Amino acid sequence: MAVEGKAIDALGQFELGTALGPVGASVGFTQSNLYMLISAGLILALMMWGMRPRAIVPGRMQGLAESAYGFIDDMVLSQVGEAGRRFFPFVFTLFMFILFGNMLGLFPYAFTYTSHITMTFMMALIVFILITFVAISLHGKKFLGYFFPEGAPLWLAPIIIPVEIVSYLSRPVSLSIRLFANMVAGHVMLKVFATFVVMLAGLGTVGPFIAVMPLAINVALVGFEVLVAFLQAYVFAILTCIYLHDAVHLH
Amino acid sequence: MNDRDSLNRRLKAARDRQGLDKPEAAQGGLPTSPWGFGLRAGVEVFSALVVGVALGFALDRWLGTWPWLFLVFFFVGAAAGVLNLYRLFSPRSGARKD
Repeated sequence: MAVEGKAIDALGQFELGTALGPVGASVGFTQSNLYMLISAGLILALMMWGMRPRAIVPGRMQGLAESAYGFIDDMVLSQVGEAGRRFFPFVFTLFMFILFGNMLGLFPYAFTYTSHITMTFMMALIVFILITFVAISLHGKKFLGYFFPEGAPLWLAPIIIPVEIVSYLSRPVSLSIRLFANMVAGHVMLKVFATFVVMLAGLGTVGPFIAVMPLAINVALVGFEVLVAFLQAYVFAILTCIYLHDAVHLH
Repeated sequence: MNDRDSLNRRLKAARDRQGLDKPEAAQGGLPTSPWGFGLRAGVEVFSALVVGVALGFALDRWLGTWPWLFLVFFFVGAAAGVLNLYRLFSPRSGARKD
């Protein structure tokens, strides 16, 4: 339990350990990897098993799979335009992987792999490399014009160009920090209030009655966290789309 | 069919008058709740600063000019943060496709 000598251990839940017993320990297979595999398996199961009936009137699983598909398809088309069709698999994979990671992490005893900055930064870096690659391959040298807006006076170039480059480089950082910070903050809050419940419940006869208050807060927080889990996956996906739009159209 | 079209049109006009339909622009955009907006703004400024400082630090170590490039890039990062903020607040126009 989190209560050890009346101290609140809110960050212990993010500690990496090895999973799958001695086999996992010998190859450094962490519980983070385990949950990544689980969520990948669940997504595959949802899409393959859900779409198996191929009914005209979809059942529950097919309806879920189709609405997930349609949601991202709409997003990509409305943000990037018709040229964004070919990026649909990428954005869909990213969205589902983050969404399942966030949602799985809300289960008790589960590990949230999106709460590690290395993980989110690697995903943001993949997005960043993709948008840079797309912009260069589509526009060639004109991509460099991205860092110097047309019509700006030339003597401002030494100021504008470094600022634009830093602004461009800050994209993966802000993308990864947003997801990571939201997940960490939510889980820390949940843990802290859950620890309050345990601590207060031990306070003699009145304890259990006072402990109801942090418990009520935790119930509300769980609902809020479900919202955040979805919203952060959505924000990550839509920002990817916006960046792809910039890369395809160069503004 | 024509009847139904005109009914839909009049219905749409009536709903618009009453403000029942959400504007089309809000759909598919980023969530714009005050909290989300504030957090986003903070993250944008912070990340630009981080990149600026890291870049200045790395260039200084490479060129051995500590602390001058660090100082310069600190301010460049701050300016980039303000630029990010400006991009966040100015409405993204799809119309600027030239």
